[in-house]
Amino acid sequence: MRPIALLQVFIAGGLFGLGLTYATMVQPEVVLSFLNFNDFGLLLVLGSATGLTFVVYQLIPKIRKAPLFAAKFSARPANARSRTLIGALVFGIGWGLSGVCPGPAIASVGAGNWPVLYALGGMFVGAYLQGRFFAAK
Amino acid sequence: MDWAAFFPMGAAHYAIGGLLIGAGVSWLFISTGLMGGASTFLTTVWTFLTKDQRFNTESNLSSRTWRNVYSLGLIAGAFIGVQVFGLPMNVTEVSPWQLAIGGLITGFGVRLSSGCTSGHGICGMALLDLDSILAVLVFLSTAIVVAHLVTLLGGVA
Repeated sequence: MRPIALLQVFIAGGLFGLGLTYATMVQPEVVLSFLNFNDFGLLLVLGSATGLTFVVYQLIPKIRKAPLFAAKFSARPANARSRTLIGALVFGIGWGLSGVCPGPAIASVGAGNWPVLYALGGMFVGAYLQGRFFAAK
Repeated sequence: MDWAAFFPMGAAHYAIGGLLIGAGVSWLFISTGLMGGASTFLTTVWTFLTKDQRFNTESNLSSRTWRNVYSLGLIAGAFIGVQVFGLPMNVTEVSPWQLAIGGLITGFGVRLSSGCTSGHGICGMALLDLDSILAVLVFLSTAIVVAHLVTLLGGVA
C-alpha cells in the first residue's frame, strides 16, 4: 500500500476515534447505560454512522470506477452464517458484561481511559484463542 | 411522548459523534476502497508474534499494515479529542474483572463472528448484508440481557 494511501487510513481511523470520543463511546458506563435502557444515545451513534456510510457505500461505486488512492473497491471477507451468529452471541455476552467493544477499546488508549486496557488485553487473548483453536478452514 | 427522557445526557453529541465515525469509515472506503471494522486487528497483531499458520494467512498478512495504521488513527483521534478539543472523559469505574473477562469473551466472539459493532454494525448494515443485520440483532439483544442481569446482581451499570 502506498504511503499516501496509508495516510488516508490514518486520517480515517482518526475521524473514527474522534467520533467515538465525541459520542462518549469510550466510556463503558455510557454503553452499559444504553444496554440497561437508561439512555438510548448509542442507537443514535450507530444510526448516524451507519446512515452516512450506507449513502457512501451505495453511491460512490456508482459514480467512480476506483477509490482515490487504490486500484479497486474491495469486498468484505465472507464468513459462514453459523459462525457469524454464534460469534455474535458470544460477543454480546462479553459486551454486556464489560460495556466495551473493539473500536472503543483501542480508542480508549488515546482517550486515556486506562482501566479499559484490561478489556483490550482480554480481547487480544480471546482473539488468540479463537484463531488458535477455532480458525475458519 | 417525551423524547428527552430517552436521552438524559442530550442527543446532539451522539448524533454528531456517529457522523464523525461514519465519516471515518466512509473516507477509508472513498480513499482506499477498504471496508474497515476495528476487530480484525485483534487477530492480525498476532502475525507479528507467532509463526502459527492459522494466523499467518494471506489475508491477515496483506491487511496487517493498514489495520495497524487504522488502529493508530483510532488512538490518535481519541487523544486529540480529549487533549486538544477537551472532550469530557471520565475514567471508568467498571471493575477490572468485568472488563478483563468481558474483553476476553468479546475478543473470541468478534473474531468467530468476523465482525463487531463497526464491522457488522456499520459496514455490514451499510451494505444491507443480511448476515450482518442478523449478527447486530443477536449481539445487541444478548448484550441487553446480560447487562440487565449484571445490574440485577449488583454490578456497575
